[in-house]
Amino acid sequence: MDALMLSRIQFAVTVGFHFIFVPLTIGLVILLAVMETKYARTLNPLYRRMADFWGKLFAINFVLGIITGLTMEFQIGMNWSEYSKYMGDIFGSPLAIEALVAFFLESTFMGIWLFGRDKISPKLRAFSIWMVALGTNISALWIITANGFMQNPVGYVIRNNRAELESFTALVTNPYAWYMFFHTVISAYICGAFFVLAISAYHILRKNELEFFKKSFKYALVMALFASLATPAIGHQYGTYVVEKQPAKGAALEAVWETGKGQPFHLIQIPDGENEKNSVEAISIPKLGSFLFTNDPNGKITGLKDIPKDERPNVPLVFWSFRIMVALGMFFIFATAYGAYLQVKNKLVDAKRYLKIMSYSVVLPYIAINAGWVVAEAGRQPWTVYGLMKTADAVSPLATSQIVFSLGSLVFFYLILGFADIYLLIKYARKGPAQAINVQKGGVKHVS
Amino acid sequence: MSLDTLAIIWFVLWGVIWTVYFILDAYSLGTGMIFPLVTKNRKERNQLQETIGPFWGGNEVWLVTAGGATFAAFPAVYATMFSSLYEAMLLLLFALFFRGAGLELMHKDDNPLWQKFFKWAFTISSYALPLLLGVAFSNLYYGLLLGENGYEGSFFKLLHAYSILGGLVFIALFMTSGALWVMIKNTGEVVSRSYKIAKFAAPVAAAAIAMFFVGTMNESRIADNFNEYPVLFSAPVATLLISLATIYFIFKNKIKSAFASVCITIFALSATGFIGMFPNMLISRIDEAYSLTLYNSSGSQKNLQLMFIVAVIMVPIVIGYQIWSYTLFKKKITTDEAKGY
Repeated sequence: MDALMLSRIQFAVTVGFHFIFVPLTIGLVILLAVMETKYARTLNPLYRRMADFWGKLFAINFVLGIITGLTMEFQIGMNWSEYSKYMGDIFGSPLAIEALVAFFLESTFMGIWLFGRDKISPKLRAFSIWMVALGTNISALWIITANGFMQNPVGYVIRNNRAELESFTALVTNPYAWYMFFHTVISAYICGAFFVLAISAYHILRKNELEFFKKSFKYALVMALFASLATPAIGHQYGTYVVEKQPAKGAALEAVWETGKGQPFHLIQIPDGENEKNSVEAISIPKLGSFLFTNDPNGKITGLKDIPKDERPNVPLVFWSFRIMVALGMFFIFATAYGAYLQVKNKLVDAKRYLKIMSYSVVLPYIAINAGWVVAEAGRQPWTVYGLMKTADAVSPLATSQIVFSLGSLVFFYLILGFADIYLLIKYARKGPAQAINVQKGGVKHVS
Repeated sequence: MSLDTLAIIWFVLWGVIWTVYFILDAYSLGTGMIFPLVTKNRKERNQLQETIGPFWGGNEVWLVTAGGATFAAFPAVYATMFSSLYEAMLLLLFALFFRGAGLELMHKDDNPLWQKFFKWAFTISSYALPLLLGVAFSNLYYGLLLGENGYEGSFFKLLHAYSILGGLVFIALFMTSGALWVMIKNTGEVVSRSYKIAKFAAPVAAAAIAMFFVGTMNESRIADNFNEYPVLFSAPVATLLISLATIYFIFKNKIKSAFASVCITIFALSATGFIGMFPNMLISRIDEAYSLTLYNSSGSQKNLQLMFIVAVIMVPIVIGYQIWSYTLFKKKITTDEAKGY
């Protein structure tokens, strides 16, 4: 394998791992902030316990998110130095602004919220966690602004052998970035909400602290229902924009090979990249393909065959990632709508099978979100900045051995950290509030 | 403002951001270094965790900002530095992983092996970070093997007597800072144990700084500016004098003054380095023509102007709420009340 492929694998591994922690942070912090606000308003100890218990899980996840984020800042320079030189004038400023506006805010107030526990008023606690929520969401905005430029470069001029900033306004009003931002951040709310739904379902099944977990379930359900409906709605608009701006990615989403108007949608389909066709197409719905792509049943879709071979992404990878994301998105709608029905009918506690399914579905948003990123990033290949710079021209002049070493050691340390994180989350989630919070307060067991 | 003026302003800001990072993380990393030496049980470990818990994350963001500012204002420096010092950057990254994870996760499980693993991960990383930063910055002063096709050296070429001495300077200074910070923030036995460490670390730091300056004048490529404008020697001289003042304050048991003094030492030391580098950012040992200066590696005028406006607005706000957060945690931490992570 060459340095380019290894650098790409390393980027995929590290960004994928980072994106296990980030969506939960972005989603869960909103629920935490709501709980803290409720507590500050009512002083009902139930809300305080809710914030403490979910906050404990949040804190474990938060630190891993910070740590794995550092890798991203480092390796763009380490492994993609040609990219950094060529694009730095535009790509660097959103990152620097992200640090100045978002990272300081979330880290400083996270410290205040965690350690101010008993030192500050409930109102200030609520304020602190809202600042963390603001920080994490602004952080997503800036990093996606940077990524939006890679997807749909705007506001630049090629000068001095590099891309230079021409219009900051164009950069921050890039429609591609805004579609991505809302689609990504609201999907992160699904992740945060399903995390709370799953753990609450687990305890409701065992009739453990019913009041506590029914309330948690209810809060998360409201968020999950809203986010599950909003994510695909925005996703659809975003998709039609992708088709317009990146025809190759657009065609790969549904593996459309031939250009044409009024294209059907195949419910069952298996793309064959080598032979430039679909080996299976079944249960076809006429004109739906065009409608989904262009909002017009007779709309024209550019097929992959009309795009040069060396400018197409890996079609099966993009196609299957997209299908997985969409299928899971549908599941989220049904699961939350059914949950809302049970909630209204007051039948939740007895819906054993539903609760069981919900407790296992904690992993599904992670899969959906990462699949979505595969669509966005692998779908842009072979470009690193669409139409401007190919990934092959972006890589650092490194020796293969250097990247083997870095990739190997990163995977090794990530496995340690990943297992520690999952082990802790499962441990504290199972324990429930009574025990999990006590460990925090006591230092009950002293090991010297 | 012209591009050159903006580039000079950004060079100064770049130096300021690094300096603030060094000053702030010095005490959190120093606390990590002395962690196993001054804590004898879980309660004392909680106490030390709480000593830096509310602040270390915010301190580390100064490092992230330094990286981001390098990327935005001097893209060529960012690209060359991070790809040339590949292995060193990777090690720095691992140290950052385990400093954070070690500190926050060590008490999340009662298994003694778990606690030992993360405790030592935290401590070792707290030594590794200043060592690597010291080695890295000494190499910036020493000059890198930058040629026509970028960096022509290897990781081991970065390790030489001068750069390792630079690493030791950072370790000794940060340890002094950490020990004094623990004394300021706490009551109980951790204070007296830290005092012993401060009395040892501060003289080591002063001696290491003196040796490092001798090395800098003889070995490094940053001596020229000082020889050309002798008035600039006031920076290294001030560094040395203040590091001696730190020792004086420590032995007089004026701990707050000693802490202020060690912070000023770090400031003066950083200033010495950046003054010496100006206008270079990455100096080539092979040929000056390959050096990256603030002029030939800066971003565009529009970008630097925009970033300058953002920095002028945001940096005071950040400093404001960070100072406010210190006022929330003014009360001394007692061994019995400390909760830790």
